[in-house]
Amino acid sequence: MSATMTPYRSELPVARDRFAQLVLAEFTKLRTVRGWIAGLAIGALLIFGVGFLSAAGSHQVCQAPNGGICAAQMPLLGPGGQVVTDSFYFVHQELTGDGSITARVTSLDEQVMPANGGGPDDASSWPPGVVAWAKAGLMVKLNTTQGAPYAAIMVTATHGVRMQYNFTHDVAGSASTATTTTPRWLRLTRSGDSLTGYESADGITWTKVGAAKLAGLPSSVSAGMFVASPDHDVTTNIVVGTSTEGGPSKATATFDDVDLQNQSPSSWQGTRVGDGGVRALPPFTQSGGTFTITGSGDVGPMGSDGGDDNTISGSLIGVFVGLMAMVVIGALFVTAEYRRGLIRTTLVASPRRGRVLAAKAVVLGGVVFVLGFAASAFTMWFVNRQRRHNGTYIVAASTPTEIRVLVGTAALLALSAVFAIAVGTIVRRSATAVAAVIALVILPYILAVSSIGAMQWLLRLMPAAGFAVQQTLHRYPQVDGTYIASAGYYPLSPVLGFGVLLGWTAVALGLATFLLRRRDA
Amino acid sequence: MRFALHAEWTKLRTSAGTFWLLAAAMVLTIGLGAIADAGVHCGSAACNHDPAKISLSGVYLGQLVVAISAVTIISGEYGTGMIRTTLTAMPNRVAVLAAKAIVAAGWALGAGLVGVVGSALLGQLMLPGKGFTATNGYPSLGLSDAGILRATFGSVLYFVLIALLSLGIATAVRDAAAGIGVVLGLLFAFPIALVMVGNPHWHRRLEQIAPMTSGLGIQTTVGVRGLPLSPWVGLGVLGLWAAGALLLGALVLQLRDA
Repeated sequence: MSATMTPYRSELPVARDRFAQLVLAEFTKLRTVRGWIAGLAIGALLIFGVGFLSAAGSHQVCQAPNGGICAAQMPLLGPGGQVVTDSFYFVHQELTGDGSITARVTSLDEQVMPANGGGPDDASSWPPGVVAWAKAGLMVKLNTTQGAPYAAIMVTATHGVRMQYNFTHDVAGSASTATTTTPRWLRLTRSGDSLTGYESADGITWTKVGAAKLAGLPSSVSAGMFVASPDHDVTTNIVVGTSTEGGPSKATATFDDVDLQNQSPSSWQGTRVGDGGVRALPPFTQSGGTFTITGSGDVGPMGSDGGDDNTISGSLIGVFVGLMAMVVIGALFVTAEYRRGLIRTTLVASPRRGRVLAAKAVVLGGVVFVLGFAASAFTMWFVNRQRRHNGTYIVAASTPTEIRVLVGTAALLALSAVFAIAVGTIVRRSATAVAAVIALVILPYILAVSSIGAMQWLLRLMPAAGFAVQQTLHRYPQVDGTYIASAGYYPLSPVLGFGVLLGWTAVALGLATFLLRRRDA
Repeated sequence: MRFALHAEWTKLRTSAGTFWLLAAAMVLTIGLGAIADAGVHCGSAACNHDPAKISLSGVYLGQLVVAISAVTIISGEYGTGMIRTTLTAMPNRVAVLAAKAIVAAGWALGAGLVGVVGSALLGQLMLPGKGFTATNGYPSLGLSDAGILRATFGSVLYFVLIALLSLGIATAVRDAAAGIGVVLGLLFAFPIALVMVGNPHWHRRLEQIAPMTSGLGIQTTVGVRGLPLSPWVGLGVLGLWAAGALLLGALVLQLRDA
């Protein structure tokens, strides 16, 4: 007969392990490993340090006498403060008070610089080509200074009739082109500070295209005909890349039936505003009522040629480097448990394994988010001040954009750390996990900005797409260009790019949870 | 030394990951190169593409596997405590590191010979169909071309130097994750910072000292004169980094308790 043994029962009350306890446990693990705290601090320091050093390495030798930005470094700004381009041929006279200008465009022909030979000086022998955004039309502009406010109605080579004003605004009219058989009538009416553009097929029935308000326009302005032809970029999109070939172009347009109403007649004056691309251009000719005008350049926002140097997020270049430190900590946060055998204790204490992973993600993601936000905000403020001091012009961004960049950057860092936790759980080897995450998050950006160029697609598919949250440059449909990563343009929008990173992290976490449940620890 | 080498070779040969990492290095190098070959297009004589850089772009990815492998050779021993056995058996610590360096270099050489030379041959096959023809200024894409030959075998040497650099850093750092983080930080931080450095003088100076940028200058066959350093000198800069890292590793290994 055997004695009945009463098994030992703890006197502690029976309770489920709550998630809060798990989070506290994981936070304690993170907090008490000195190397990890040091690693996180190094990450924050790298975010600041690399940005600070690259700002120091951008010091401009030329400084204006008053300590401001020297003329060569100062980009051309439009009335809205955007970086713009303003180069065209303008045949104009003074318009005083209200009035309107009407003309018929009977042709618009573009010539492009050949791929080899025929440099910009030899523009007379250029072969014809298609420059989609070559434009000819009527313009009212404050004066002939580059960057002055304007409104214009125009015929373009392949984008129909457009009303554009103050560089960034673009309203589409009909899809007509201007040829000798189907000429296009254009009219621009001024009344106070509002300008209205009309188009017509016959000069009798007019259709309104758009209206613009140019605040504070004085009584006397310049009005007339203009022609511009932007650099042509032949961007070949192939399965996995783009290749760009191009150069300057010029366009010749003929106008007739020119009528400037409510004005005392005076002679037309030809002015070349700016010097877009082509060095030598023939002056305009006038025979009877017909004007032949050749122009080159563009009037509009600076497209992809503006570069990343003038944006507020240029100061956050160190995030790429700091992120690598966060990824190391993320991988170690899991793989160290496997190496030390702690994972067995952890899983005994909390047998529901998915929740362990969730607690780790919440703790490290939260810590990295807060740290990343603080480091990015301080870096953006301090380094941009330094860059301005060093003679770099920085385009101001709206407060919502600044907040989006900072919150996005902090979330990008946090998600990358969580992604590293997931990959670390999957591969269970710290070196492989770190290298894999960096290969997916950092390497695609390096390949996309390197001279190879054919790697833009990586920034659509790989987690590196998340860096799009830092983009502050606008993509204007009315400017053709090579919008690529090295010029500061990500192929995806900030939200979509972040979504790609989020998707990768979610899939990796799902796979990690599945494997953690299935595998013996 | 012969025994040290034999011991290290046995450790590498019998580790579970060695074969898979070797296969991964080869497959990733050739694979990314093939994607780049397929994606490129040269429309005219003015396209200015560098055929060697394109077909060998897989080196960017393959080097990560080379780094993992070299880091694991030393930090794996620290992870398991094997290092104490090793140093008891071989009290000459510099000889241990030298043996590890030879084994790591041999591993990288093998990965490079298959991965890089394979990529070059694949480029020779694929690129003529992408407009890289004699009329567009690419008379020869094979290894018989002096530039392509230099780019290919230079890239194999690049793998070897990356392995030595990684081994040296990992010996100093000991932890695998931190080691690989430092190696990749060193390789990638420079090209990223270069995007934002506007001053031409500093830009060029940074390009010259950056281990990855200057080392991969060896792949340039178009516009060699525009390089901040000539190809072999650039690879020499990476060699200096690797030598410095190994020296630091040897010093730390000698002075520190294992």
